Amino acid sequence: MESGRQAVQEGADTVVLSMGGISKRYPGVVALDDVALTLRRGEVHGLVSENGAGKSTLIKILAGAIHADSGEIVIAGRAVDHPTPAEMHDYGIAVIYQELMLAPHLTVAENLFLGRLPRGPLGIIDWRAAHRQAGELMDRLGFRVDPAARLDQLSVAQRQMVEIASALSRNARIVVLDEPSAVLGGSELERLFEIIRRLSAQGVSFIYISHRLSEVFAICDNVTVLRDGRRVGSRPIGEVDPESLISMMVGRTLADIYPARRRGIGAPVLSVRGLNRPRVLHGIDLDVRAGEILGICGLAGSGRTELLRALMGADRAAASTYTLRGRERRIATPAAAIRERMCLLPEDRKTQGCFLPQSVAFNMTIARLGKISRGGMLSHATERRIATRLVQRLKVRTPGPDALVHQLSGGNQQKCLIARSLNAECDILLIDEPTRGVDVGAKREIYELLAQLADEEHAAIVMVSSELPEILGLSDRILVMRDGRIAGRFERDEATEEKLMAAAIGAGRPAREEAVHAAL
Amino acid sequence: MTDHAARSASPPAPTLLSRLRRLGALRASGLIWVLLLMIIVAVIYKPTFINPSNLVSVARQTALFGIVAIGMTMVILTAGIDLSVGSIVAVAGVVCATMLDAGMPIWSVVIVGLLIGATLGAINGIVIVIGRVPPFIMTLGMMVIGRGLAMTISGGHPVHFREAAESFAWLGQGFLLGLPVPVWVFLLVAASAFFVLRYTPFGRNIYAVGSNPEAARLSGINVGATIFGVYLISGFLAGLTALVMISRLTVGEPVLATGLELEAIAMTVIGGTSLFGGEGGVIGTILGAAIVTVLANMLNLFGVSPFTQQIVKGFIIVAAVLFETYRRNRNSAK
Repeated sequence: MESGRQAVQEGADTVVLSMGGISKRYPGVVALDDVALTLRRGEVHGLVSENGAGKSTLIKILAGAIHADSGEIVIAGRAVDHPTPAEMHDYGIAVIYQELMLAPHLTVAENLFLGRLPRGPLGIIDWRAAHRQAGELMDRLGFRVDPAARLDQLSVAQRQMVEIASALSRNARIVVLDEPSAVLGGSELERLFEIIRRLSAQGVSFIYISHRLSEVFAICDNVTVLRDGRRVGSRPIGEVDPESLISMMVGRTLADIYPARRRGIGAPVLSVRGLNRPRVLHGIDLDVRAGEILGICGLAGSGRTELLRALMGADRAAASTYTLRGRERRIATPAAAIRERMCLLPEDRKTQGCFLPQSVAFNMTIARLGKISRGGMLSHATERRIATRLVQRLKVRTPGPDALVHQLSGGNQQKCLIARSLNAECDILLIDEPTRGVDVGAKREIYELLAQLADEEHAAIVMVSSELPEILGLSDRILVMRDGRIAGRFERDEATEEKLMAAAIGAGRPAREEAVHAAL
Repeated sequence: MTDHAARSASPPAPTLLSRLRRLGALRASGLIWVLLLMIIVAVIYKPTFINPSNLVSVARQTALFGIVAIGMTMVILTAGIDLSVGSIVAVAGVVCATMLDAGMPIWSVVIVGLLIGATLGAINGIVIVIGRVPPFIMTLGMMVIGRGLAMTISGGHPVHFREAAESFAWLGQGFLLGLPVPVWVFLLVAASAFFVLRYTPFGRNIYAVGSNPEAARLSGINVGATIFGVYLISGFLAGLTALVMISRLTVGEPVLATGLELEAIAMTVIGGTSLFGGEGGVIGTILGAAIVTVLANMLNLFGVSPFTQQIVKGFIIVAAVLFETYRRNRNSAK
């Protein structure tokens, strides 16, 4: 860490990064609008916002993965123009993403020195030197990780340490951490905080991205709030409290974006007792009634998505009883679920939901081709008529039913999936992260659609979301999952963000850490 | 991700253009021009090209290879591949020739030929679906096994059969309404495949599985049955090709149809069907088959050696895939 020592001589107030007037537009969306950010040496700068407010675009610009349409970036006094990822790297910026970028089948030492392993004579890799240097690096940083261990044997926290070590060994001066708590448990997070504090004392600067305010207050010196692609403000952490930060982030009350619900909840349509999937789901009991939106939240890896997939018959799972509309059923495949008019709208639309190279009409009608068939033959006129009707009803923004789905925005793709479940006459909807990758305007339309399906069509909706405001704004009842179990049940009126988060994290942190290992 | 906000609510009535686009015909229309250009060049420089005998031979050749290319198209639409079709033709060919030589009735020969093809195709499908063996590996194995079977059954020698009944010879050599019978067989197969892909749920499911197998499963589609189906059809059409070929050649050789799988893949890919699955169709493959055969015929007429012909053909396959990749990248960049 020679550059580290050199940097100590610089003043503590040195600005290492300044971004100003950063704007980035995508067709139909302004991702960033005149955003500014200043980072000083040794500073830990929190960046908070709701999902989809422009954080990820800003990070990509910092990583050199995309270029801003306008604005300037100055790193250590030098203006940076249209940098490549490699140049940003050389400027000392390291971005550590949620999904770690390391090679899982290689050892810690190999990952640390990937592409620059020490060579002996004849150009042969000097493994002893590699392991020694890796060990020295880890010791210096105070990381307890065996350099010879394969990465996939390590915990997520340890992998994150390797990633940070790798960045620092490449002279990173600015480390961007993208929602580390999404993959780290409580005690692991505490260790990460210690490391951040130690390194920032040595002059490394951090941009810490999270939407968990408690973390921001625990670790950050300053905080910048983004909303809808704009910077709402930057404040020293001492000048804000959680309430003021939330109002900066949200900028509107829940009633603005979440539709009023007219509640007329009927009989249970789906009741499950003792649903198990080895190592993933443990004894889940769940009821959802007609006209009800049941929200399910929990940390990543808590079994939310797995629960929906098990209900749908997409993954093998066993329940002691599984009752659909009052009758005992066995749902072993998604096809069986769809015959029972139950539909899953998956978390990752591109890889699990949409048929991207196919038309809007194709995507809408595929789950029940009987609706567009006459005597076993597909009728393209009927298909078109039905699709046109669905496009109008759901306000899908598309040139027409023949347009290909990969041309649509995330929100419109989601609407196509909702249309698919409507065409399949499904009145039990399992929907995973309904607004992931959906811009703010379309979000509201999707919320209204879900509320309307529940209120007017008496659909039963099970909604998994990692956005607590969404869960609170839409659900009639809320289940919180932790370690594959139901850790809390709340009525809408008694639930708060704090209560849900407390239930999701739980009191016993070691248990959570075990679950992270089990989930790997 | 384009902004279509302004034009959302009422889509325009289907125009001729949009109808053609949905048929996939527009996409194939570039190929029509390629084919026409090739024919014009051939006619100008080698007028013998339009001699009826040459045209008939080109049409027959297109048909003989085109039948398996239709099956290949369905397989590739599911993002699979079938390398075993040439060997399946050989197995069915030598077995049928042996039966004919033994004087067995034509109808039994036809049934056995088709059954062999369908059975070997079904085995491909079962192992791919249930064993989760990648299609490339399974059909590569079947390609080697089939060739070995054909060699074993025939003892490595061509199986000549006695002058077969006229009705059997008609299949490969005869004419109907001025066109060779194999051409009618090809057109019938192509029309059936077009109908299946466009107007049946099975065809719809082929596109769905090829576009996104996980989404297909979650949409209630029986992905395994769909994949099994296309390999069954591909094998069946290889069996049909065997019958037409031995009828034409009056001999069942164990080396029959060597390399046919590559011809069929080339025809499919040149016809615009994406190797990634989910995109393309029969119309393109018909044109692809015609282009490949006309090209071979032209090169023959121009006196290009068979060795050099291979080089040209190879370049064209790579160029077709390059074009396809370019088109995809351009689309996904939008």
